[in-house]
Amino acid sequence: MTDTRISRRFELLAREGRAAFVTFVMAGDPDPATSLAIIEALPAAGADIIEIGMPFSDPMADGPAIQASGLRALRAGMTLRGTLDLVRAVRAKDEATPIVLMGYYNPIYTFGPDAFVAAAREAGVDGLIVVDLPPEADDELCLPALAGGLNFIRLATPTTDDARLPKVLANTSGFVYYVSITGVTGTAAPNAVRVAGAVERIKRHTDLPVVVGFGVKSAEQAEIIGRDADGVVVGSALVEAVRTSLDAGGRATAETVGSVTSLAASIAAGVRRAKQGVLA
Amino acid sequence: MSAQSSAAVSSGAIPNTMRSGPDDRGFFGLYGGRFVAETLMPLILELDKAYTEAKNDPAFQAELAHLGKHYTGRPSPLYFAERLTQHLGGAKIYFKRDELNHTGSHKINNCLGQILLARRMGKKRIIAETGAGQHGVASATVSARFGHPCVVYMGATDVQRQSPNVFRMKLLGAEVRPVTSGLGTLKDAMNEALRDWVSNVEDTYYIIGTAAGPHPYPAMVRDFQSVIGTETREQMLEVEGRLPDAIVACIGGGSNAIGLFHPFLDDKDVQIIGVEAGGHGLDVPNGHAASMAGGRPGVLHGNRTYLLQDDDGQILEGHSISAGLDYPGVGPEHSWLKDSGRVTYVPATDAEALEAFQLLTRLEGIIPALEPAHALAHVMKLAPTMGKDQTIVMNLCGRGDKDIFTVGKILGFEL
Repeated sequence: MTDTRISRRFELLAREGRAAFVTFVMAGDPDPATSLAIIEALPAAGADIIEIGMPFSDPMADGPAIQASGLRALRAGMTLRGTLDLVRAVRAKDEATPIVLMGYYNPIYTFGPDAFVAAAREAGVDGLIVVDLPPEADDELCLPALAGGLNFIRLATPTTDDARLPKVLANTSGFVYYVSITGVTGTAAPNAVRVAGAVERIKRHTDLPVVVGFGVKSAEQAEIIGRDADGVVVGSALVEAVRTSLDAGGRATAETVGSVTSLAASIAAGVRRAKQGVLA
Repeated sequence: MSAQSSAAVSSGAIPNTMRSGPDDRGFFGLYGGRFVAETLMPLILELDKAYTEAKNDPAFQAELAHLGKHYTGRPSPLYFAERLTQHLGGAKIYFKRDELNHTGSHKINNCLGQILLARRMGKKRIIAETGAGQHGVASATVSARFGHPCVVYMGATDVQRQSPNVFRMKLLGAEVRPVTSGLGTLKDAMNEALRDWVSNVEDTYYIIGTAAGPHPYPAMVRDFQSVIGTETREQMLEVEGRLPDAIVACIGGGSNAIGLFHPFLDDKDVQIIGVEAGGHGLDVPNGHAASMAGGRPGVLHGNRTYLLQDDDGQILEGHSISAGLDYPGVGPEHSWLKDSGRVTYVPATDAEALEAFQLLTRLEGIIPALEPAHALAHVMKLAPTMGKDQTIVMNLCGRGDKDIFTVGKILGFEL
């Protein structure tokens, strides 16, 4: 499984000499139709890889912004099956952009891991990030996913030391997601110096691209992180842009899609400046 | 399915003893494990190593036993409830009086063990989740006793219905942080405590209050609570000359129950019964907190276990009159004991628990917490079906002072 949409995308980015801009939005937030419109508009706004959150009632690794986003999606009726339908709709019009589903294990366990892998592959999913499945639990979903042709992207964190890194990286594919802070999503800002050291440390153990996320909110931060990393993930800021665009009843407005894509475009410009700065 | 085939391997053949679990990956058959974010995984492994060392260190065990005796007041009495026995007209009913412990419940047994472990590991800051507030009070108590700052996460709904315990925690110097996510009950408090832990990994120790969570918590909490069952065995042999015919305990996460049950698991003639919170009744959608009777296996809070959940795998909030039982999961060892058939799990409704609460108060002069009132509700059904020469031991795991406002409101008494 070496030639995948994700690997092809990173090869393209390498040729262009720039870091990947990885966007995270929640499936079904604020409602299924608006969510589809947002996701379909993200590549034109500069997204190189799209992460789509699978909403879960108890997101223990997420901060307030993504918690609220997931609850909005669940209230609007989103399910894991609905998330796969959303991917299928996006994939019908976009054959190239890698799509990674990110979430928690219980809805997948309920769906049935093998059935889920097959359904996700059929819908056009390229990779999975499942926060509460460490390498010790690889037999649950990681190995079936790899066998079924999906990348399984692992989180490495500041607490993952050199002794543990090989275990974390062993069955990781597609890319490595470095969590830049010890904390939940969207809270503290990452320290650029520490991130650079961490990316270098991970790269000593793997040839996979290393993308960095958790806490990146602005074009300026993205530009700095993108100098050292192969990609930058932005999630909480984008789902906050969804939230602030809603009306008093929590419904989408005419501004919702545009407010997400304009923020994405401005951060994408920051990511694109990152490697230019290094070259110059 | 891959997950189940791997679990079948880890559960292996039917064991000669029911007391040897979990395996080295933290599984009791299909249940348990370590389903946590990578940030926590190194900490969980460190905790496992530290606990294994402490468990085998006679000095650690001696300090814990000393505190149990002189601080908690162990052993707790085994009390023959003569008037209740007469009233029900069947088996002799004994109470294991863990409500007489310092802080008023069994929770202190676990908190003392874990605070000693936290100190051994050099952790300075203590966090805990709480539902009824009993575990929060016990955590605040041991933090005060050993001079550590303590933050207790408590669902905003529970802060309202358990206000006496909120004040006790504050008096003890703890910071109580109300949690407004979800419905603001125990599950949400546990999510928030896990988020705190992820954010403060260097200096923080998380005292989980029930026999659930990622391995080693379910086994560790069970070990610290097993003093209940170990004492009960000795006391029954002393007063009756034989083991009880049945032992009964209430189940939220199940820490008091596993503490009573575990030392008896290999005693085949002892019937073991866990009583879940039946709320408004099992037929009322999302109206109860009986995760084993009304749920199915899933993964939450670091372990696989029976959970209340919808068809999509979203966790339901559940309902119980008792804040301490109002949890959509259960400790993984209970899930395994249910599937194996060794323990029988039954529900008791809010109304049955309320009736039992009042009965015990009037017949024995003991105001029980609403949690063990659920166990008592089942004892009221069970005892009359048994012979007068037979015995039941019920774990009276908490006292009811904290519940008088809740009960007063339902009974129409202005407090």
